[in-house]
Parts: sequence; C-alpha cells; structure tokens
Amino acid sequence: MTDACLTFRDLTLGYGSHPAVHHLNGVVKKGSLTAIVGANGSGKSTLMKGVVGVLKPMAGAATKAGDAQIAYLPQQSELDRTFPARVVDLVSLGLWPKRGLLGRFTPQDRGVVSRALAAVGLEGFDKRGIDTLSGGQLQRALFARVLVQDAEIILLDEPFNAIDAKTVIDLVALIKRWHGESRTVMVAVHDLDLVRAHFPETLLLARRPVSWGPTAETLKPENLLKARRFEEAWLDDAPWCETDEIGHVHGHASDHAHDHPSRVA
Amino acid sequence: MLYDHLIAPFVEFGFMQRALAGSLMLSAGACPVGVFLMLRRMSLAGDAMAHAILPGAAAGFLLYGLEIVPMTIGGLIAGVIVALGAGAVSRFTIQKEDASMAAFYLISLALGVLIVSLRGSSVDLMHVLFGTVLALNDEALTLIATIAGTTLLLLAVFWRALVAECLDPLFLRSVSRLGTPVHFIFLGLVVLNLVGGFQALGTLLSVGLMMLPAAAARFWTSRVGPMCALAVAIGFASCIAGLLLSYHASLPSGPAIILSAGVVYLASILAGPRGVLRARVRHHRHRTA
Repeated sequence: MTDACLTFRDLTLGYGSHPAVHHLNGVVKKGSLTAIVGANGSGKSTLMKGVVGVLKPMAGAATKAGDAQIAYLPQQSELDRTFPARVVDLVSLGLWPKRGLLGRFTPQDRGVVSRALAAVGLEGFDKRGIDTLSGGQLQRALFARVLVQDAEIILLDEPFNAIDAKTVIDLVALIKRWHGESRTVMVAVHDLDLVRAHFPETLLLARRPVSWGPTAETLKPENLLKARRFEEAWLDDAPWCETDEIGHVHGHASDHAHDHPSRVA
Repeated sequence: MLYDHLIAPFVEFGFMQRALAGSLMLSAGACPVGVFLMLRRMSLAGDAMAHAILPGAAAGFLLYGLEIVPMTIGGLIAGVIVALGAGAVSRFTIQKEDASMAAFYLISLALGVLIVSLRGSSVDLMHVLFGTVLALNDEALTLIATIAGTTLLLLAVFWRALVAECLDPLFLRSVSRLGTPVHFIFLGLVVLNLVGGFQALGTLLSVGLMMLPAAAARFWTSRVGPMCALAVAIGFASCIAGLLLSYHASLPSGPAIILSAGVVYLASILAGPRGVLRARVRHHRHRTA
C-alpha cells in the first residue's frame, strides 16, 4: 500500500518470554486518526512502546514509512517534577528533533514554543516552575511539547486520565487539528463515547488484535464482549508459541495466536 | 589589617597560592557535577564512589609511593570498575543501583585499606584518606587543571542531554539514543572529579566539595544554570575561607574547607528563599490571583 504510515508485520511485544501484544498484523494509514481501545493489561501501552522503539519486538516488526518522526506522550511519564525547570524549558525539549544536542535555539524556535503554549491555553505560564502546575496544566504543557515536536506520527497513551472535562475538550480539539494537518495520530482511550464521537478508526486490543477498522464496526457489542474475555494473567507453564517463520519462537499464554478459544474463559 | 588577615597569606606564601589555585580549579569542575548528582538523587552515590577510589589509589601508592600520577590512574581505574560494575548489576539484575553501589564500594574500601596497610604506617593511610592541599606540586596542579577543563567542556557539550536525561529520561529515549551514553559520561565525570580532589582533600573529603555547595545552592534558586553557577561561587568562597581558617588557626586545610562549605549549607537551610524559615513564614497577605 502506498499510503501506509506504520506497518505491523506479525508484531509480538512483551516482557520476559510473555507476550503482551501478540501477532499484530496491519497497516496504519498516513493521516489516519485511530483510537486504541482495550481493558487494562490489553497491550495498549506496550504497542506504543514498540512503535517508538523503547521496547524491542520479540518477533515480527513495526516499520514506519520513510524517516517519519514520532512524538510520543507516555502514560507513565518518567518526568521528574521536582527538577528545577520552568514550563518553557519543558516545552522546549520538543525542539530536540530539530536542534539536537548542540543546535542553538533561534528566535523563531522561541516563537514556536510560545505559540504552542498559547495553543494549549497556557499563556503566561512560561516562567512558572513545573512543580507548581496542576495535573491538567502539566498535561497541557506536555501537549504543547508534542506540538513543538512537529512530528508526522503522534502517539498519545491515555492522555485523558484524571483530566477534567473542559481540558479534555481542549485536548481533543488539538488532536483533531493534528488530524486536519494529515498527521498520523494514535491515541489510547478508555472512554468509548469519546471514541465514537471523535475517532474515525479504532483498534480493539486484548493482548491480540480483536478488531481493527472503522470505529462503528470495531466497537460492535460482540467485539467488545470478545475483548473483555481475555486472559490478563501470564501463565508460567504456557506452551511455546511455534510460528511458521523460522527463528521467531517465544512463549505465550495460549495455544496459538490465531486459535485462542481453548484458553478463553 | 584586613589585608594582613585575608590577602597577605596568599601573597606571601607559595604553598598558599598553590593550595588556592588547586582548590578553586577543583571547585569549578566538581560543584556543577555535584548539582547534577543531587538533582538525580545520587548524592550518596558520590560518597560511595569516593570510597571506591581508595584501592586504586592505594595500589598506586604501594607500587610507586606517594606519587600523584600512578595514584590518580589507579583511582580512576578503581572508580570506573565500581561505577560500571554497579551500573551493570542494576541494569541486568533485579537489584537496584543503591544496593549494588553499596556492595561494590564496601568491597573496594576494604580492599583499599588492606593494600595501604601492606606497605605503610597509619600516617600513610591518613594521607590517602585526608589529602594535603597545602602540599600540591606542579604535577598535581596540572592534573587538577586538566580535570576541571575536561569537566567544564563535557558539561557544556552535553548540557542539553544531561538536563533532558534528568528531567524526562523517557522523552529523551523517544527522540535520541544519547540517554545511556550521557549517563555513563556523567558517572565518568564524577569519578574524574573525585580523583582530582583526593590529592588535595583526600578520598573521603573530596566528595564534600562536590556535594555541599550543590546542596546549599538548591535553597537559593530554582533553575539549573544559576544553581551550578551559585554552587561554584559557594565552592570558591569555602576554599578561600577554609584556607584562611587553616592558616590562622593552624587547622588541617581539608576539613577546614569542607566545614566552611558546611557552614554555608546550614546558613542556606535557614536563610535561603527555599529554605526552612521562608517556608514557615505565614503569609498574612495574599494576592487576588
């Protein structure tokens, strides 16, 4: 396909010998806006880490088209809020892909940063210490950093957790703006109403892909039921998963990726 | 009068000039490194590393006597082994870095004391442990200058990565591969500055000039750059005050320098804008927004 932005080929990601995302195949189209839906432990965060490259795949591959930059907002940020930095310092980290280690920040760069702060509703916050921000304000600042990164692919891992309704509306508007700019956006979300209202496509995960396509199709009751009945726990004595490809052998919690019913409760 | 007490000792005596030059250069490199150690919550790791250097320095001492170059190289090797060993254990096993660092430095320290006792008397051990800033020779000064220069250069080059690695390591990993190299470069700088300090202050006290000014500066500012500059300034002031104190009161110079920094630290706790008094003061008036 010519307009593929991300391609998953038999992608298996996990921890130790246990897969958390199992044999994912498919294509994320360039400029698409996809919600990733699934229960806790269904592999949403793991998938994003795999795409960013923080986690190496156990088998298969996630390949991106060309040299597309990725902006990634993790769910469990390792951000140290006690570190003496101002909001503008945090948001300026987003200039890294453009300026790298030694590139000097230009007046235009500073303009980009202050416009990003304005876009997320944080005008006048640039000199504030990050330890004085509320949870929602910090999330807005992190969205501003994503804006500054100006990446073609944007991955947001549960960005609406513990965020008030007003802020969610603002952040969704930003996501739609990115979609309008034909960036490829994937967002892990729990609120199905939000998904139905704003996301054209949905990937439903339950450690393996349950369904992937237009949101209305994917979020049909039978798919949701299927997604709910998955085995969250690892089984230490699970048999090894033998795939056809030589050299891609690993353990997992069920008999085989494409043939799960024996394990489903 | 003031001249006699504050300036004359440095003008009249060569050993005081050397001590001043050595300790000031040491502060210029070690204090900013201390700021980052503190911000990474690794203050005690610096202490552990200082102990870890001992067997290397002691081995150099055993083979070549009280010579700066072999002792420095030995200390550097021992420090790097312990830093890499502790780092590797924490990276590849479930044990965290605090435990592995403690284990490695304790082994290292015991080994060091053993090596020193093989050859010398307890006077020699005291010398390695506490140093002699008043007996710095040209070789030692050159070494300290090189270490300070290298440290400032590397800090300037990797500044942005170091700040990013402290502030948001996962973000840095998502945009760059520099995270791990920067961590090890930084650990290298810690070892280098401790080794640079041990000739002047001894292995046990060299970490004091690294950590105390940094810890004191934390109470005065909430930005990294000014914090490093302030730490260096506090380091300078402590060195000058410590050397004068040691000159006038005939006290050992190393402890005098570190205690001067300690006084600044205690004063900062009380008086700094982020210190205990200001935080306790009830604001009777507040703004409308």
